[in-house]
Amino acid sequence: MLDLFKFFNRGNNSKEVARDRLKLVLVHDRANVSPQFLEMLKGEIIKVISNYMEIQTDELDIQLTRTKSDDGEHVVPALVANIPIKNMKNVGK
Amino acid sequence: MGEVLVITSGKGGVGKTTTTANIGTGLSLLNKKVVMIDTDIGLRNLDVVMGLENRIVYDLVDVVEERCRIKQALIKDKRFDGLYLLPASQTKDKNAVKPEQMLKLCNQLKEDYDYVLIDCPAGIEQGFKNAIIGADRALVITTPEVSAVRDADRIIGLLEANDIRNPLLIINRIRVDMVKKGDMMDIDDIIDILAIDLLGVVPDDENIIISTNRGEPVVTDMKSMAGQAYRNITRRIIGEQVPIMDLEIEKGFVGRLKKLFGIKA
Repeated sequence: MLDLFKFFNRGNNSKEVARDRLKLVLVHDRANVSPQFLEMLKGEIIKVISNYMEIQTDELDIQLTRTKSDDGEHVVPALVANIPIKNMKNVGK
Repeated sequence: MGEVLVITSGKGGVGKTTTTANIGTGLSLLNKKVVMIDTDIGLRNLDVVMGLENRIVYDLVDVVEERCRIKQALIKDKRFDGLYLLPASQTKDKNAVKPEQMLKLCNQLKEDYDYVLIDCPAGIEQGFKNAIIGADRALVITTPEVSAVRDADRIIGLLEANDIRNPLLIINRIRVDMVKKGDMMDIDDIIDILAIDLLGVVPDDENIIISTNRGEPVVTDMKSMAGQAYRNITRRIIGEQVPIMDLEIEKGFVGRLKKLFGIKA
């Protein structure tokens, strides 16, 4: 019964909505940077990477988040980018 | 030499005062000498949660302005030896206490007590600065809601900026039934977002309201789940390894049978 319920609700859980909204709002809270800044950064990253490989620009996701430092002692800001690659160009060879 | 712990959240109404009262009482159940300071000047509440509201003579502002000695202002708990409350002032200006005065007070108190617990006011203004200045460690309270987690994140950033490293997280009022249905963020979601270590999880439990009505912290209630959660948290604070409790309550005969045989639903 519960699984059936889950099935019909798939992708529409209020928890998922909460988590996604929270992640988005925290990007701006943490960075204290404007969406324009992130867009500019995104544009530059696309430009550079496109020289080496073909990427799916509309799927590119970049976020400022927080992570544990290497020694596990501190929490440090981190730039996380998810860049789907369509095709490797031959320029590297 | 004792330790000063600040209990903070940013957002109001997530359970800072209840948590302070329960951890304070829980630590004294473990035979620690504890003093709790209510720093929410103008909106004091730790006294009523502890059931000590009728015994107040002096308060925090009287102490820092040296109208009385610290010992005179400390209220001894009615049930536990070695548990004391320093109440906030209800009538004075909320900026009556300065950070350097709080720092001095914290340093004096930790000479005589194992734990000094500071109940921080909501917000990030003067009251927050007063509450954290003398703290060795911070406990950040949140509930599984967008607004509370967002404010907790901001507080974590401010604690780091004030050189209070590695704050510990308490997730309050979690409801297993809603988590199961996918209608509430779970423990992993919240830890993943806030990226700090978990100290404990307290289930949403009506026993908290019942015990607060009576002015008796739920940690003394051996039958309630929230009481057990707070007892676990206090044992972790003194350095014991205690696993995070299973909040699952299996109802009815079949549920009890399943539990008996260790079958997970």
